[in-house]
Amino acid sequence: MVERRPFLNILTHLVLIAGVLIVAFPVYVAFIASTHEPSAFVRGVLPLLPGDNMFASYRQMLSSGWQVGGTPPVWLMLGNSLIMALTIAIGKIAISIISAFAIVYFRFPFRMLAFWIIFITLMLPVEVRIIPTYAVVANLGMLNSYAGLTLPLIASATATFLFRQFFMTVPEELMEASRVDGAGPMKFFKDILLPVSITNIAALFVIMFIYGWVQYLWPLLVTTDEDFYTIVLGIKRLMASSDRVPAWNLIMATVTLAMLPPVLVVLFMQKLFVKGLTETEK
Amino acid sequence: MQTKRSTYQNRWLPFLLLAPQLAITLVFFIWPASQAVKSSFERTDAFGFKTTFVGLENYARILADPSYLNALGRTAIFSVSVTVLSMSLALLLAVCVNRVLRSAKFYTTLLVWPYAVAPVVAGVLWWFLFNPTIGLLPHLLDWFGISWNHRVSGTQAMILITIAAAWKQISYNFLFFLAGLQSVPQSLMEAAAIDGAGPFKRFWTIVLPLLSPTTFFLLIININYVMFDTFGVIDATTAGGPGQATMTLVYKVYTDGVAGLNIGSSSAQSVMLMGIVIILTFIQFRYVERRVNY
Repeated sequence: MVERRPFLNILTHLVLIAGVLIVAFPVYVAFIASTHEPSAFVRGVLPLLPGDNMFASYRQMLSSGWQVGGTPPVWLMLGNSLIMALTIAIGKIAISIISAFAIVYFRFPFRMLAFWIIFITLMLPVEVRIIPTYAVVANLGMLNSYAGLTLPLIASATATFLFRQFFMTVPEELMEASRVDGAGPMKFFKDILLPVSITNIAALFVIMFIYGWVQYLWPLLVTTDEDFYTIVLGIKRLMASSDRVPAWNLIMATVTLAMLPPVLVVLFMQKLFVKGLTETEK
Repeated sequence: MQTKRSTYQNRWLPFLLLAPQLAITLVFFIWPASQAVKSSFERTDAFGFKTTFVGLENYARILADPSYLNALGRTAIFSVSVTVLSMSLALLLAVCVNRVLRSAKFYTTLLVWPYAVAPVVAGVLWWFLFNPTIGLLPHLLDWFGISWNHRVSGTQAMILITIAAAWKQISYNFLFFLAGLQSVPQSLMEAAAIDGAGPFKRFWTIVLPLLSPTTFFLLIININYVMFDTFGVIDATTAGGPGQATMTLVYKVYTDGVAGLNIGSSSAQSVMLMGIVIILTFIQFRYVERRVNY
């Protein structure tokens, strides 16, 4: 602080508290709605204080799901989301770190070409090639499978760039020393490069896990079998039936459960999250 | 592009290491994209039997189509409003957090988590708050004599998706603004204070100009976010309605291609979108401080 300004300090805190409340408000309302009986929503305005039906709503959604809404139990969808997010995060990191290793530590023909092919993926988000990508996945027989859900999202230019940049800062001496000691490229990669990259891997993992968890358009296209619904997709299906039977407590319980895992990841791994976000830049 | 000073000699290993990434890129990115380009020049008859090359006809048709031009305009309005709203709120919050020293970390934690909320879920949350029957906000607005129904009013539908999309993006912008603010040299602020500049004057004349690279970077990222990552927000709240009032370019590609099965037109639209991404990526790498050097 440059100078003392008591009034400005109070104002600062007031703005921040207002900001925190506004940011949290929609989630609070959703959570409150999940704790009420379905009858609470008939009267008109939403209640603002918790009800006593919380455990019943969550138990029902987790165990049996909601038949009218046409979705499987929430634990199954949470499991699918978890599989999808983990596969995407681990897959992206695995294939990107080895490609960056090849690009930085080897000299071979078509190196630039390989780099540009990877670079192009930045310019082709799923949203701009929806139908042809769907056609490819359908031809490969990967609709309604975990492979179809994850593989097309696994290529990553950003992760490759990040590792490439990090490898360039790794001291040359490490590789030379390992070579003098008779270690080949893969041994160097496994025993030296991987351990020194661990913070970068962790930071990237946090970002990619969230990326995988929040995917919506792609699961919407490739899954029609409810056994493969992710939780985010399940919410949309529940919403679609809300006009017929507005069981808001059940829908909002699902919403809360869908938000919980990635939000907890951000809260508990905040340092890695910030590092990952600022280094991948998108 | 550089490598290490000394490199490994191996004829097959580098290709083996690159193989998975390249295979996925070729099969799921480059091949489909080239298919989109190819079918944007073709027309398939109603039964899918015959495909004819029609040149630029699909492009001419969409550019003359009022509903495409409408989507273009809506996307522009949507992008500008989300970017302005989320960036200005994020800057305000970042400036405040940067002023409080002891509780900065506490506030940061409470502000960053919406990043992890899926766009669809953000849409559902705000849709619920603005629900004309049971939502809280329409009741509140009713006191001020505003009747809220985003299923009828196009403007209100646009406001709804703007708020939902901006809400989710505040945390991202906030983190980058905060990082930018923390790199403003303290000595500059002290020198200005000694010269008699108050906090607001210092903000306008020192902090804001020094933040301009961050601001420019965020501008590009936000436009990219609004154009491509808000599909879920729209699908959960308005589905492009009422009367195409919230139909963005990406949502239109989806509805025309998946629901309408108009492959030629949808592909031409996809190619136009690719053009937009290429321009945005180019600007990002050319003009935004070069963090990726190759």
